[in-house]
Amino acid sequence: MVHFTVEEKAVITSLWGKVNVEEAGGEALGRLLVVYPWTQRFFDNFGNLSSASAIMGNPKVKAHGKKVLTSLGEAIKNMDDLKGTFAHLSELHCDRLHVDPENFKLLGNELVIVLAKYFGKDFTPQVQAAWQKMVAGVAIALAHKYH
Amino acid sequence: MTFLTPEENGHVTSLWGKVDVEKVGGEALGRLLVVYPWTQRFFESFGDLSSPSAIMGNPKVKAHGKKVLSAFSEGLHHLDNLKGTFAQLSELHCDKLHVDPQNFTLLGNVLVIVLAEHFGNAFSPPVQAAFQKVVTGVANALAHKYH
Repeated sequence: MVHFTVEEKAVITSLWGKVNVEEAGGEALGRLLVVYPWTQRFFDNFGNLSSASAIMGNPKVKAHGKKVLTSLGEAIKNMDDLKGTFAHLSELHCDRLHVDPENFKLLGNELVIVLAKYFGKDFTPQVQAAWQKMVAGVAIALAHKYH
Repeated sequence: MTFLTPEENGHVTSLWGKVDVEKVGGEALGRLLVVYPWTQRFFESFGDLSSPSAIMGNPKVKAHGKKVLSAFSEGLHHLDNLKGTFAQLSELHCDKLHVDPQNFTLLGNVLVIVLAEHFGNAFSPPVQAAFQKVVTGVANALAHKYH
């Protein structure tokens, strides 16, 4: 189980307060689809994913990215019980969506990259460490109900 | 088989031309040691690694980061023969340094994060995709001589 120190929770919550969830979500998901093109297979009905600019501008990608990151925002309020928070989504991703859980780590890394891009120097090593722990915890929680 | 498309090559060369190898090397290695603390075990002779600020300010970390990134930089001139270019370093890391090759992937990811942090929007999705390919290639090349 992932344990967050008081300091780590504060760092995560503080940065999250400054994140534009819609923008960051769309960008993280978009980058996942550009950098790891096989992930596009889960989004066949999203329309035009034929180039990096098509992907980044695609309204369905942006909307879904926002949805994904909003769910992460909920988890930030429940950092001590990520497995419980993501239990339903874990079952969904296994039983209905058939997503390889390795992809959760990839998306987590994309989010860290997007945060580094937005926050520059403010994304200090300590902030990065806390967030790396967060996305790892979320990836584990999302994989938890897999069978 | 060409490792990168001409377009990807352009992205990598153009961005790398603006990289301060000494600074980025020190920062990437430092962040690796902060975010993944077990990696400190390979650097016991480096002195004070007791806190993020100690690590980031440690002159041996900075010097070694520069050395690592200079080797990476060399690799960028030989993208169609990464395995050959990194053969000796691969043997060294296996036979003498005993570094788990998973750590090469971690360092590659940290480098991508540092580039995102430094270059902001200029680290666009296509540029990121090209770099992700390079760091993966380098990590594979460094693992290639492992036995």
